[in-house]
Amino acid sequence: MEKIAVSSEGPDMDARVDPRFGRAAGFIIIDPDTMAFEYVDNGSSQVMAQGAGIQAAEIVAATGARVLLTGFVGPKAFQALNAAGIRIGQNVDNLTVREAVQRFQAGDVPVADAPNSRGHRS
Amino acid sequence: MIVAVASGKGGTGKTTVSASLASVWPSPVVAVDLDVEEPNLHLFMNPAISAQEPSYIEIPEIDDEKCTRCRACTDICQFKAIGIFGEVVMTFPEMCHGCGACWTICPEEAITPGKRELGQILSGRSGPSAFVMGRLRVGEAMSPPLMRDVKRHLNGGSGYAGRDIIIDAPPGVSCPAINAVMDADVIVLVTEPTPFGLYDLALAQQAFAPLGKPMGVVINRADIGTRDVYDHCQKTGLTILAEIPYQRDIAEAYAKGRIIAVAVPSMRALFETLVGQIKTLHGQPSMAREVQHA
Repeated sequence: MEKIAVSSEGPDMDARVDPRFGRAAGFIIIDPDTMAFEYVDNGSSQVMAQGAGIQAAEIVAATGARVLLTGFVGPKAFQALNAAGIRIGQNVDNLTVREAVQRFQAGDVPVADAPNSRGHRS
Repeated sequence: MIVAVASGKGGTGKTTVSASLASVWPSPVVAVDLDVEEPNLHLFMNPAISAQEPSYIEIPEIDDEKCTRCRACTDICQFKAIGIFGEVVMTFPEMCHGCGACWTICPEEAITPGKRELGQILSGRSGPSAFVMGRLRVGEAMSPPLMRDVKRHLNGGSGYAGRDIIIDAPPGVSCPAINAVMDADVIVLVTEPTPFGLYDLALAQQAFAPLGKPMGVVINRADIGTRDVYDHCQKTGLTILAEIPYQRDIAEAYAKGRIIAVAVPSMRALFETLVGQIKTLHGQPSMAREVQHA
C-alpha cells in the first residue's frame, strides 16, 4: 500500500500529531501493510524565515509518501503537495500518530480539496 | 548632500519635516518619498507628476524540458522560491528576492530571468523642487528592491544632478528603514517626547549608528509628555536640531494638507534654522566615525 506521512511532535507512533505542517518537528513515514515506520526530521524547515511549508513538502515528497495526515496546511504547501500527487488529510490533530493512521485506515479522514490555513505571507 | 528624515516610531512627523525642509531649502531640491509601502509626501507637496514607470524584480522561469531535477537551484535558494516535489518543479514568484543565484548556478541553463512587478516610480515637479516617489504594488511584500530602483532612477536622471536630496524614509528600523538612510549624508530623526517616541528613537539610533553618519533629532509636539527624550539625547550625545511646538495652527495646516513651513509663519523661521543646523551637522565627523578611528 501507499506510504503515509504524519506530521509529528516526536520520533515514534505514540507521539502527538504536530498540528503544524510546515513547521512540524518531523514526519513519521509509515508503511501501512507492516506498520513499519521511520522518522524524518523537519528541523531545517522550522528555522526558515519563510518557505517552511514548501520545504516540508519537498521533504515529504522525497520520502515517497502518497498520503499526508496533519493539522493545518497553508496555500503554498497545499499547492506543492498537490503537484507532487500527495493526498492531504487535514484537521488531524489532538491525536497520537498511531490514532491518526488508524482513523485514516478506517476511512474517517477525508482528502482535502483546499488549504485550511491562510499562510503567513499572503 | 542627501538628508534622510527617519524615525523609529511612525506618525512622529517625518513627512511634515520633509515637506517643510524641501520648501525652505535655499536651492531647489529633489524631494523623494521612499516610504514606498504608504507614500504620502505627495499629499503635501502636490507635485505635477510627469512620468510613471513600473519597477520589476527578476524572478526565475524554468524550462521544464532542460531541467534535470538536480536540485542545485532549490538548495541554493534561501527563500524557497523554487521547490522540487518528486519530479515536479514549481516556482513561487512572490517568495523570490531576486538574487539570481538559481540561474547562475543551474548547470543546464534551464533557468532564465523573468519578472514580477514591484510597483511604480512616479516623478515630476513641485514648485522649484523635483519630486520622486516609489509606490509598492498592493500585495507586494518586498519594498527594498523598489527603493533601490527609486535610487537608481535618481542617479540616472539629468534633472537631479547637483541638487540636494531630501528623503522621506519609512518608519521603523528594519530593512526598508535602513535602505532609506544608508546613502544619506545626514540622518534627521523625528521623535516626540513620549515613552513610545523615546523607545523607538533609541532603537533607530542603535540601528543607524553603525552606518557612521551624522545624526540629529527633531522633537515634534515638543511641549507634551516628559523630559525623558531630552535627557536621552543629552546622555547619548544626540544633537537636538529643532523643536516643533504642539500648536493648534500647525495641526490645522497639517490637517488641510498644507506644508507647515509655508502655512505657519513661525515655522518658516524654525525650518530655515533647521536647514542651517543640518548643514552644520553635515560638516561634523559623526560619533561612530570617531569611535572607529580611535
